[in-house]
Amino acid sequence: MTRRWAGSASVLSGYLVAAVILFGAAPVLLSDFRLRLLAQFLCVAMVAVGIGLAWGSGGMLTLGQGLFFGLGAYIMAIHLQLSDAGPAGRPAFMVTGSGLPWWWELFRNPVTAVLGIIAVPALLALLLGLGVFRRRVKGAYFAILSQASAAAFALLLISQQNTVGGSNGLSNFRQFFGFALSDPVNRRMLYFIAAGVLIAMVAAVHQLRRSRYGELLTAVRDGEERVRFLGYDPALVKVLAYVVAAVFAAVGGALFVPIVGIISPSNVGVVPSIGFLIGVAVGGRATLLGPVLGSLAVSYAGSTLSENVESLWIYLQGLLFVLVVAFLPGGIGSLGAALRGRRRAVGDVPGRSAGHGPPGRPLVDGGGPERAPAGARSGGV
Amino acid sequence: MDAVLGQLYAGLSLGSVLLLIALGLTLTFGQMGVINMAHGEFLMAGAYTAFVVQQVIGGAGSAMLIALPLAFLVGGLLGVLLETTLISRLYHRPLDTLLVTWGVSLMLQQLARDVFGAPAVEVRAPEWLRGNIEVLGVPFTTGRLFIVVLAVGAVAVLSAVLRFTSLGRRIRAVVQSRGLAETSGINSRRTDRVTFFVGSGLAGIAGVALTLIASTQPYMGQTYIVDAFLVVVAGGIGQVRGAVLAAFGLGVLQALFAYSQSVSTAKVLLLVCVIAFLQLRPQGLFSVRTRSLV
Repeated sequence: MTRRWAGSASVLSGYLVAAVILFGAAPVLLSDFRLRLLAQFLCVAMVAVGIGLAWGSGGMLTLGQGLFFGLGAYIMAIHLQLSDAGPAGRPAFMVTGSGLPWWWELFRNPVTAVLGIIAVPALLALLLGLGVFRRRVKGAYFAILSQASAAAFALLLISQQNTVGGSNGLSNFRQFFGFALSDPVNRRMLYFIAAGVLIAMVAAVHQLRRSRYGELLTAVRDGEERVRFLGYDPALVKVLAYVVAAVFAAVGGALFVPIVGIISPSNVGVVPSIGFLIGVAVGGRATLLGPVLGSLAVSYAGSTLSENVESLWIYLQGLLFVLVVAFLPGGIGSLGAALRGRRRAVGDVPGRSAGHGPPGRPLVDGGGPERAPAGARSGGV
Repeated sequence: MDAVLGQLYAGLSLGSVLLLIALGLTLTFGQMGVINMAHGEFLMAGAYTAFVVQQVIGGAGSAMLIALPLAFLVGGLLGVLLETTLISRLYHRPLDTLLVTWGVSLMLQQLARDVFGAPAVEVRAPEWLRGNIEVLGVPFTTGRLFIVVLAVGAVAVLSAVLRFTSLGRRIRAVVQSRGLAETSGINSRRTDRVTFFVGSGLAGIAGVALTLIASTQPYMGQTYIVDAFLVVVAGGIGQVRGAVLAAFGLGVLQALFAYSQSVSTAKVLLLVCVIAFLQLRPQGLFSVRTRSLV
């Protein structure tokens, strides 16, 4: 009991620190340009939080989050285009003469647009997830299918030149729900929205992981058949995490649009979809904060490096994938533990590491704080 | 009707390329359970091998014939290098191999860009592959026919090797039951390496073939790898006959969809078809029947 209270106190202070940094320090210290960049990174980090839940806690390697990111982004972009064009107006890029597609009209209303950003990806993820997980398609099969879905979505967008701008995508937004985007104050407001949403998402995942559902999700990851034998339906457990991840990605995409000012198929295809994963892997997929911090760090490194030498960043990105996933599956945070573990393993009881299923898969924490003292505390907030 | 036949031929040759790529994938996936995302870059390496050979030799006709075995070697050696340095450490974490090899593929793409430049390079088709042959009154380019022949030949040779040679017996034994194969004295590590060599080599050959119908550029592997994986998934992992059926099925289906719709709509429809198909047969067309729950 006391431990739980201590846990929640540290959790609370963690949120406090995050809020002070994001709401207090960053806006004061950073220039408008840097703050806008940080806001963009926060949007990418939202996708990472979802991936952390689906992949880190649930073991579903989702290679197609670009699909949901793109759905949220395009719905937002369509709404912004329509509100720029005014009532009964049409965006400039569309060829005159052809009517406005009916599904554009759906998102003219701000309420339906916001609902659509959440509901459309959630429904699609529900359908895809049910179709895949109920038939016990998993592991590599699922990864490949999700990747193919992102590839198909990007191709579909490219082909729709007249309805969603083809490979140029949608850009040139002037206002965000009535607030002019050219005004630095409104841009700052967008940053605050992104920061608040990200903290809320982390809190939501934190609650999910602590709950019975979180235990079940981790159990499904580590032994799906056992969970089935216990009378649960693993498919439903997985679908929920998949839907949550999809919604997070979509919200990230929706906020990405007014902050960055453009969305195009190159943001949603196979390459960016896998790109979302690298931060999660670097930060530690099975931890609560790893995905967020890793994603922010990778985004920062990426934008700084590619400003100077683009090819170097691509090599580095590849190298990060190789080194972190192959040698540090727990993420950077597990570096110390890995070094210590190696030293200890010399004098270890033989068979201990071999007996517990596949070695090198130290992802069995993720339970409540009561269960994994060291890992959970560092991942408290 | 003629247009449909034309699309059918295009689908056949697309299916052949997919088959050449997917054969290697399905072998390594079936035997070792690893997903090699860098497989597409072996294909690219094969295509650039054809380019280099042509630059060195000059004559397009003989260059193609020399490039084929050379590309097999280049792809195969790259595969073995990847297997020994990285993948062999990850056999117990198949999903992680996917990400690791993705990192490798990023680096290889950038390497190709730095060495050969980002724009596509020109690989000239030899004289004897430039004409048309009339099949059922519809022209079928010789280049495409050559690809089909190449794929069919590769399947024939591979099936023969798997069925009749001692190497094939070893591979089949390891695929069916690694533990039992090891107990009977088969060196499964060496068998894995050979399988990787052959599978990656086939990707190299596919790369040479692809120079006939597509442009040779650093990202060419990526455009085919997703489709090739769909073939593997639909065909059933580790199954040569499954890969054959699925590759030609998907190739023809995509060409026919592209005939009535746009190319990208065809891709989307194709994906829907594969997902729907997996509803009926989650293990693909053919599967090794086991009692395991996984």
